[in-house]
Amino acid sequence: MENYINQGDKDTRSGFGEGLTELGRSNENVVALCADLTGSLKMNEFAKENPERFFQTGIAEANMIGLAAGLATGGKVPFTGTFANFSTGRVYDQIRQSVAYSNKNVKICASHAGITLGEDGATHQILEDIGLMKMLPGMTVINTCDFNQTKSATIEISNYDGPVYLRFGRPKVANFTDVSQRFEIGKGLKLKEGSDVTIVATGHLVWEALKASEILMEKGINSEIINIHTIKPLDEDIILESVSKTGCLVSAEEHNIYGGLGESISRLLTTKMPIPQEFVGTKDTFGESGTPSQLMDKYGLNSSSICESVVNVLKRK
Amino acid sequence: MNEDLEKLVPQVRRDILRMVHAVNSGHPGGSLGCVEFFVTLYKRILEVENDSDQKDMFILSNGHISPVYYSTLARSGYFDLKELDTFRKINSRLQGHPTNHDGLPGINISSGSLGQGVSVGLGLALSKKLNNDSSLVYVLTGDGELQEGQNWEAFMYASANKVDNIIITVDYNGQQIDGSTEDVLDIGDLKQKFEAFGWKVLEVEEGNSLDKVYETLSIAKENSKKGKPIVILMKTVMGNGVDFMMHTHEWHGKAPNDDQLKIALNQNPETLGDY
Repeated sequence: MENYINQGDKDTRSGFGEGLTELGRSNENVVALCADLTGSLKMNEFAKENPERFFQTGIAEANMIGLAAGLATGGKVPFTGTFANFSTGRVYDQIRQSVAYSNKNVKICASHAGITLGEDGATHQILEDIGLMKMLPGMTVINTCDFNQTKSATIEISNYDGPVYLRFGRPKVANFTDVSQRFEIGKGLKLKEGSDVTIVATGHLVWEALKASEILMEKGINSEIINIHTIKPLDEDIILESVSKTGCLVSAEEHNIYGGLGESISRLLTTKMPIPQEFVGTKDTFGESGTPSQLMDKYGLNSSSICESVVNVLKRK
Repeated sequence: MNEDLEKLVPQVRRDILRMVHAVNSGHPGGSLGCVEFFVTLYKRILEVENDSDQKDMFILSNGHISPVYYSTLARSGYFDLKELDTFRKINSRLQGHPTNHDGLPGINISSGSLGQGVSVGLGLALSKKLNNDSSLVYVLTGDGELQEGQNWEAFMYASANKVDNIIITVDYNGQQIDGSTEDVLDIGDLKQKFEAFGWKVLEVEEGNSLDKVYETLSIAKENSKKGKPIVILMKTVMGNGVDFMMHTHEWHGKAPNDDQLKIALNQNPETLGDY
C-alpha cells in the first residue's frame, strides 16, 4: 500500500494558474478569457506573459463563452475562467448551444466550486454544476483533488480536442498526489487497495477518503480508495473491478447528491452490478456563510461522514 | 453582376417557400426579408474562393431564418441542391435551426437560441487578429433578438477592444413573433444606441434592394480595420416578395398551405430550376 503524504496545503486554483502559465509558454494556440476574476482564478501570470492572448471580458460571462466559442472556431484553444457558479448555471444555454452542440474546443475552467468557497455564502456556492455539465452531450467533466492534479489536468486538457469542464476550488487543501503523475482523462486512480468497501471520491474529498480509510482501518475495516477525477466519461472498469471484490461502495463529493458523481456511479452499478451504495454529498440544500471547515462539518463532507456511510453500507451488504 | 442575382432572388424565395411548405413548419417571413442580403453576401461580398487560409466567415445569429441560409449555401455550391429537400426532416443535416453538429458545409456554429451570434463572431474576429488573418467576419442578427442582453455585453466588448474586423448587420424588419418590436419591447433608437456603444453605424433604408445592400456592405468593408466595429441597420420587409406575407409578423413562423404556396410561387417564377 502506498502512503499518501500531504506535501503542504495548497489551493487547487493555483494549480490551474500554474498549469495555464506553462501552457502559455508551450502552446501558442492557447488563449485565456476571464470575467473580472483574474486574481481569484490565478490567471495573472498568463495575462502578464501573454497580453495579446488574454481577454478580459469584464463582468459579462455570456459574452465570454461566446467569444471562446468564436476563438475556438478560429482554431484557438480557449480557457475561460470564472467562479463555478458563473461558469455553468449563469451561462448554461451559451455553453449548450455555442460550445457543446457546436462541439467547440473550449475549456471551461471553474474555481470556487462548492460550499468551501466559504464566507460569500449560497449565492456563490454552486453544488449543482457537475450535474448541469455532465448532462450536456459530449461534455467532459473533470473535478481535480489537489494542486498537483489540477495543474497536470489543466495542461492535459489542452491536448484533447473537445469541450471540457474543469472544476476546482478556492481553499487550501492537502496536496498529496505525485507531482510527476501524468493526468489521463477518463482514467480513475486506485489510491489504496482494500477488500471490505470501495470508497470513490472526487475533488478534495479524496483526501478525506484517505483519512477515513485510516480511521476505518483502526476499526478493522479495510477500504479501497479510488480517485475519480473525470466524472464524465466515467472510468467504469476501475469501479466495477473494485466492487466485484468489495461488494459495496460509498461515493463522496462536494456536490448535491442529485446529479453528481454518486448518481453516475449508481447508474453504472444498477445496470452492471447491483450492490449497496451510500452517498456523501450535500443533501439537496443550498449552502451558507462560514469557514470551509465549518461548512464541511455542518454539511457532512468530511472523513467522519465518509466513515459513517461506510458503516451504514456495510450493514446492507 | 446584379443581373445574375436578380434571377437568383426569386429562385431562393421559391426554395424557402417550398422548403417550409413541405414540412409545414419553419420561418418564411424573416427568410424572405433577407434574401437580397444573403445572395449579395455570398455572391459578391464574402471572399472565400482564395487558396489561402484567410477566408471571410459568416455567422447567422438569428438561426430561425435557416431556409434562406440553406438555399443560399446550396446555390453557392456548399452542398447539393437536392439536400434542401431534407429540411427539417428526420436524419437531415438541415436542422430546423442551423448547426455544424452534423457536418453541413458552410455552417460554422449552431444558432437558434437567440443573442449568441455576435459574441461568437467577435471571438472569431479576435482569432483572425491573432492569426494575422486579414479577412473579415460577418454576422447577421435580428432586431427583436437585440432584446437579449448578451448582445449588449458583446457590443460593449467590441468597441472597448477595437474589434474592427467584424461587420454586423441587423435585420431591421420591426417584427417579432408576438407582434411589432415596438409593441413587444421597443428597442428604441438603434442608431443612437450603437453610437453610444462606440460603433460605426451604417444605415440602409432599402434592405431589399440588391444595389443598396451591395453598396452598404461595400462601404462597411471600406470602413473596416479603422478602430471601430461596424454595424449596418438594414431595413427589410418581412415576407418580402410574397404580397400576402409582407409587412406582418404573421408569417414569422408559419408555413403556407397548398393554395397559399401556389399564389406565392406564381409571384416568384422559376428562374434557375427548383431543387
